[in-house]
Amino acid sequence: MAKTTTPRPARAKAAKPAGADHNRLRPSLPEDYEATREELLEFYRQMVLIRRFEEKAGQLYGLGLIGGFCHLYIGQEAVAVGIQSALKPGKDSVITGYRDHGHMLAYGIDPNVIMAELTGREAGISRGKGGSMHMFSVEHKFYGGHGIVGAQVSLGAGLGFAHKYNGDGGVCVAYFGDGAANQGQVYESFNMAELWKLPIIFVIENNQYAMGTSVNRSSAEDQLYRRGESFRIPGIQVNGMDVLAVRGATEEALKWVQAGNGPILLEMKTYRYRGHSMSDPAKYRSREEVQSMREKSDPIEGVKKYLTAAGVSEDELKTIDQDIRKIVSDAADFAETSPEPELHDLYTDVLVEQY
Amino acid sequence: MGIEIKMPALSPTMEEGTLAKWLVKEGDEVRSGDILAEIETDKATMEFEAVDEGQIGRIVVPEGTEGVKVGTVIATMAGEGAGEGADDAAAPVPAPKAEAPKAEAAPEPKKAQSGTAKLVPEAKATVKDPALPEGTEYLKTTVREALRDAMAEEMRRDERVFVMGEEVAEYQGAYKVTQGLLEEFGDKRVIDTPITEYGFAGIGAGAAMGGLKPIVEFMTFNFAMQAIDHIINSAAKTNYMSGGQMRCPIVFRGPNGAASRVAAQHSQNYGPWYAAVPGLIVIAPYDAADAKGLLKAAIRSDDPVVFLENELVYGRSFDVPKVDDYVLPIGKARIMREGRDVTLVSYSIGVGVALEAAETLAGEGIDAEVVDLRTLRPLDTATVLQSLKKTNRLVVVEEGWPVCSIASEIAAVVMEQGFDDLDAPVLRVTNEDVPLPYAANLEKAALIDPSRVVAAVKKVCYR
Repeated sequence: MAKTTTPRPARAKAAKPAGADHNRLRPSLPEDYEATREELLEFYRQMVLIRRFEEKAGQLYGLGLIGGFCHLYIGQEAVAVGIQSALKPGKDSVITGYRDHGHMLAYGIDPNVIMAELTGREAGISRGKGGSMHMFSVEHKFYGGHGIVGAQVSLGAGLGFAHKYNGDGGVCVAYFGDGAANQGQVYESFNMAELWKLPIIFVIENNQYAMGTSVNRSSAEDQLYRRGESFRIPGIQVNGMDVLAVRGATEEALKWVQAGNGPILLEMKTYRYRGHSMSDPAKYRSREEVQSMREKSDPIEGVKKYLTAAGVSEDELKTIDQDIRKIVSDAADFAETSPEPELHDLYTDVLVEQY
Repeated sequence: MGIEIKMPALSPTMEEGTLAKWLVKEGDEVRSGDILAEIETDKATMEFEAVDEGQIGRIVVPEGTEGVKVGTVIATMAGEGAGEGADDAAAPVPAPKAEAPKAEAAPEPKKAQSGTAKLVPEAKATVKDPALPEGTEYLKTTVREALRDAMAEEMRRDERVFVMGEEVAEYQGAYKVTQGLLEEFGDKRVIDTPITEYGFAGIGAGAAMGGLKPIVEFMTFNFAMQAIDHIINSAAKTNYMSGGQMRCPIVFRGPNGAASRVAAQHSQNYGPWYAAVPGLIVIAPYDAADAKGLLKAAIRSDDPVVFLENELVYGRSFDVPKVDDYVLPIGKARIMREGRDVTLVSYSIGVGVALEAAETLAGEGIDAEVVDLRTLRPLDTATVLQSLKKTNRLVVVEEGWPVCSIASEIAAVVMEQGFDDLDAPVLRVTNEDVPLPYAANLEKAALIDPSRVVAAVKKVCYR
């Protein structure tokens, strides 16, 4: 294991490749979370809510009720649900990129105001001025919803900085994708986050495609959990299709960060079933590949298996499914019938103060 | 042969300094690389090394002397092979020997003068703030100190305020603006960052979203180009995109505009860039009182502020009112000099140029009014239009490029809203439309100066 170090002249030492520092404290390898029956049901409920909500959003997009860019979270539900379930709302903060509907739903934000934002209505969470990619809830400490790939990583480090500055015991979770993992500012932020021991969990949602470019076509080091190592940020690769694995890893990450060890990196191996956004040519991967992921690794089917093992009946799940359908259909109705913003709102919120 | 050791220029803008300490005495043998003296400028204390071998002859300027001009003989040295007492000051000086370790050679026989010298004429008497009561005391303060005082006062007042940037803490500020802050506020609130503008601008913006009030210093705004995404996409747009939910109360500050002899990549005025962005406040003060009063206002604002300073005026002293809490309103221009015949509109370092031109013009019977915009966004067009109503002629003076400039914007506003008041076309006096060159003569040719303003004014006055 650990190599013995032989004293060498300075020049030789500098030429030595930087190997892993085996004496460094590292987090323990996480174990799958042991969920109670109620917790499993809640995971199921939230994941189904995200799936149905996103399917509905896709439909509304097709009907022309949602415009611009719309990035669906279908397939990745276990990541947001597993992580958010471990956080303390109102204490821990969350920030993500433009594929943000799922995180908001998992954080308990009202589906009506999210859907109304997608349709650009006054009642939307950003009063219709942000749209799908730019949604925020300061009340829930959900800080967006950012459209520039990678920006949320630096901003997240800033939220972590604020937690530490205020000594409020909170942790920031900054989600970003495998595409963002190649952005320069991510590494600037890794450096400062570790240097200043900021309380932040960096979560790479590796859905394997940055738009249409697969990880190994874009990343020299495609094992993304290693991306923090040269900043001494430990990384853990997690099965992001299994909500219990996600939750278990989050528990371990929280322990690490809350103990004052600074940041940690979780690479969630996941998959999106739908295109990058609504206009996706789907030429960069085969239909078989998508189909095989759906059949073998679907996160909702996975939870169903756990639930069956815990003795939950099909009927009970069907009741949940029906409740969710109602919630989503109500959200769509709300979003379709709510009025658009007043024209004078064009000029509000540009600045906070009057000068 | 005697060698004269002259006061070196230790930075591109240094004009004088304090001879803090001699580390050699008369008669000492020195070798090249030995430290001769410690020299203090308003920016830093630096060691001054010998270039030649020899013996120190006479120390001309004793230690502790302040205000020693660059190029003054501070000591003489007997060079290699020279006899004792060969330090004859009358002897011809062949070539400069003792000089600054870097920067331009101070004692060059034909010293090239930077074009920026014309940008900073002697500081004019500051306009007294009419809002202040009669009898208010004023203190001579440099712009640099005024900025520091503003930050220190706001940090005392509000725990959420902190300052971060490159060299702001232990180095005391690359331009010494944050001097003393680390000592008073500690390393929790005065934070040295790595050289990663994009990253720390984002961390600052995130911290502001998380409820703090960061002051992010850029060593110069040229480097903020690396971070402009966070200034615009993250800081400026979030309040709007969130329907007014999420604030980003942050100040991005640092020197902006042409510095002296540092060429194109380090000499640019970003005023028009940031002033184009809805959601930002952009402030560009000229004198020390404004630097203080407006920076305090910027820190208190709930909006993101880009605060553009100017390195060339950091060391200039102006009157700053001695009041407990001097905060100025954002978005209000001021009349620096009243006049009847023509309006000169400017901001930042251009104000000094405009004032200098106004003095020359006064000697020729043209009475110029000088308006300092102070804030570039929101722009106080009312004050400009009111002045125009009186003078009917307008020239904009801007240390920056002409295309899509603040000058262009003023010209457009005046054309749209003040057309009937114009007796002549609006003229723009700006830098030349080229990247700023290094060569002294070209640099001088590229930058604005008072004579160009005088010429433009004569044109609009048909004289």
